[in-house]
Amino acid sequence: MNAKLDASNRVYRFRRRVNAVMMALSAAALAFGLFWLAWIIATLLWEGAAALRPSLFTQPTPPPGGDGGLSNAILGSVLMAGVGTLIGTPVGILAGTYLAEYGRRGWLAPVTRFVNDVLLSAPSIVIGLFIYAVWVAQVGHFSGWAGALALSVIVIPVVVRTTDDMLRLVPNSLREAAVALGCPTWKMITLVSYRAARAGILTGVLLAVARISGETAPLLFTALNNQFTSTDMNAPMANLPVVIFQFAMSPYEDWQRLAWGGAALITLLVLAINIAARMLFSKKH
Amino acid sequence: MTRNNALMDAIFRNVTRFFAFGVFSLLAAILVSLLIGSSLSIEKFGAAFLWNDNWDPVQEDFGALVPIYGTLVTSAIAMAIAIPVSFGIALFLTELSPPWLRRPLGTAIEMLAAIPSIIYGMWGLFVFAPLFQEHVQPLLIDSLGELPGIGALFQGPPMGIGMLTAGIILAVMVIPFITAVMRDVFDLVPPLLKESAYGLGATTWEVTWRVVLPYTKVGVIGGVMLGLGRALGETMAITFVIGNAHRLSASLLAPGNSIASALANEFTEAVGDLYTSALIELGLILFLITTVVLACSKLLLMQLAKQEGART
Amino acid sequence: MGTVQELDKPKLRVRDLDFYYGSFQALKKVSLDVAENQVTAFIGPSGCGKSTLLRTFNRMFELYPEQRATGEVVMDGENLLTSKRDVSLIRAKIGMVFQKATPFPMSIYDNIAFGVRLFERLPKGQMEERVEWALQKAALWEEVKDKLSQSGASLSGGQQQRLCIARGVAVKPQVLLLDEPCSALDPISTAKIEELIEELKNEYTVVIVTHNMQQAARISDYTAYMYLGDLVEFGETDQIFLKPKEQATEDYITGRFG
Repeated sequence: MNAKLDASNRVYRFRRRVNAVMMALSAAALAFGLFWLAWIIATLLWEGAAALRPSLFTQPTPPPGGDGGLSNAILGSVLMAGVGTLIGTPVGILAGTYLAEYGRRGWLAPVTRFVNDVLLSAPSIVIGLFIYAVWVAQVGHFSGWAGALALSVIVIPVVVRTTDDMLRLVPNSLREAAVALGCPTWKMITLVSYRAARAGILTGVLLAVARISGETAPLLFTALNNQFTSTDMNAPMANLPVVIFQFAMSPYEDWQRLAWGGAALITLLVLAINIAARMLFSKKH
Repeated sequence: MTRNNALMDAIFRNVTRFFAFGVFSLLAAILVSLLIGSSLSIEKFGAAFLWNDNWDPVQEDFGALVPIYGTLVTSAIAMAIAIPVSFGIALFLTELSPPWLRRPLGTAIEMLAAIPSIIYGMWGLFVFAPLFQEHVQPLLIDSLGELPGIGALFQGPPMGIGMLTAGIILAVMVIPFITAVMRDVFDLVPPLLKESAYGLGATTWEVTWRVVLPYTKVGVIGGVMLGLGRALGETMAITFVIGNAHRLSASLLAPGNSIASALANEFTEAVGDLYTSALIELGLILFLITTVVLACSKLLLMQLAKQEGART
Repeated sequence: MGTVQELDKPKLRVRDLDFYYGSFQALKKVSLDVAENQVTAFIGPSGCGKSTLLRTFNRMFELYPEQRATGEVVMDGENLLTSKRDVSLIRAKIGMVFQKATPFPMSIYDNIAFGVRLFERLPKGQMEERVEWALQKAALWEEVKDKLSQSGASLSGGQQQRLCIARGVAVKPQVLLLDEPCSALDPISTAKIEELIEELKNEYTVVIVTHNMQQAARISDYTAYMYLGDLVEFGETDQIFLKPKEQATEDYITGRFG
């Protein structure tokens, strides 16, 4: 005897109810995720608006109770993130090039790809410890260079990954066409592959910049902090994340306000870079 | 001309290989540097470091049990929340969302991963923890805290900060990572397979739970491991809200410490080689755990990719 | 093509069916009748709309928001396209088998039981009977009866496809839609499935899409020839293959096409 296939079928009605509940839960999960995002951004805008004044960009960090801004921290962050990106990008692109273009044979490419993915998610505080051990402890003092180096170690895996992915998306026919014209491999890669993958690689670099702009943990034991404006990369250097950490944890209200200002600044910047990177990439694909 | 090109080819190839090898060695370099840095502590405390619950800088007696416990507990809480939520979000984005909303919603969720860790920490300490302390924790203490067994997890004064708070914030931070992997692997399911289930009259939930999920099982576990790896190593957010107490407590509401937050708080202020060395050993333990978890994640995802490759 | 060749007792009555992928029109005013307990074949070059037509019968296209259909597909006096009834109830009455075998990631037994459990709560013994019955119908029982708990994916390609047919049969639908079921199979498996279709039509109305004209000629009672979204000619298979009315049909079946 066949089951009755209409709305009175009890198994069916039960299943429909389960489905409705589950779909509602799924929508609730999404709402849950968006809720936190909205809450955090709203808090930052609210608290940050009170602190976002021109002096934030023009004056260095004050002593408690004094008037000031974050200019030295912003300068330090830009310097270290800049140097970190400048070191990490070429290393990452070259290593990624090997993985994608030369890595079809041998063990190095697959193993490196694997190691790189582990590094990509490795705790950033451990990267800080690593640079502390190999640089700070050897030199004997904290410095901007050490901070930049720690940031570059975070940049490298991001750039390796995107370079590798993007180069592997370049169709082989394009490579064959170049080689068929008598083009040597190195020219084929630099003139054809890189050009085809340009937007993707740039996206990766942007995402890496966004990531290190907010990194705090690896700077704690490398760049440390500096109350004063300094461009000396060989000395401890102020930077936004560590200043935010220090000021937020302090009992002084004016310091906490500055911390909110810095937090809003960093978050808006990081979100803007992320969205820009996505738009850049989606225009190409 | 041809000789030149051959030379350039060799140079370019070897330069890229050099840097690839550099990236490959980075993992080993980190490991070795941490091993050397912690040798003092390893010699002094041996394996007992792992189960000693003491952390006394004055007597120079150090054990990792409390931070390891805190790391595992906060990550467990995070996973308990993040796994079902991420699954729900991935399901919504792949099956339920109208196509024009898919991208903006997906991007919004990914933005959760872009917000720097320190922002989560600050927000957690100043905004979330006070609300949690006032409205949620008393409720938990009065309801769940009364139950036999699990009641022990929800006792003590509501302090706002603590392991539960840290775990919740951690959950929000890893949701985008797990969601992203789940979305990707759900998209790998052949449309025909889903159509076959729909063709029999299955509902969206049944297709997802009984066909899509078993089909992508390996990848989903890989995504969960990735999230776990992230959660274990997360530093700044936890440092703000976990309470930094070197104490072992059964209650999730109590303050505790995690490996990463102990490092963030104490490292620059550590006096004496042994203290520093013990902290580096904590870092080494963290690095070993996360590396193993992340390696497992990667292996699982590779296995799914291989399956896919074999099928087509 | 002029007037619709009406059948006495059609199982499905298609009238003025238009179908769109976004702005592209894939079916143009298609009208035909599908005879009950007969095999109807849709043939034509790829892209002619034969699979599209099949996928409107169980509203499978609704999974994809950019696809839509207008017109009538009437079964038992109800226009399926505009029916207010839940689509899963419609799909339970109209089974479907695809180009590629799609065993679910579960055991052979559970593959068959999956669909049955959607609408019936059977005691264990009855479910086992049903599974055996469906596998018998699909001529697969002898080959798998000792390994029902093995994964469906462990079977060979032809066995997997028969498993999918068994899965479709197990829910006892009234209509069975076969979308190029043999396109990925070797000749021996194909012969087995063709034999199976002959059997199935005693109890089910079968609609099959095929790119293989010999197959259509061998197994179908009615044949529709489609081209670029138009139904060019529809009629009894013998007539279509022996005395086609349209020149285009004749060109296609004699291989003079294109």
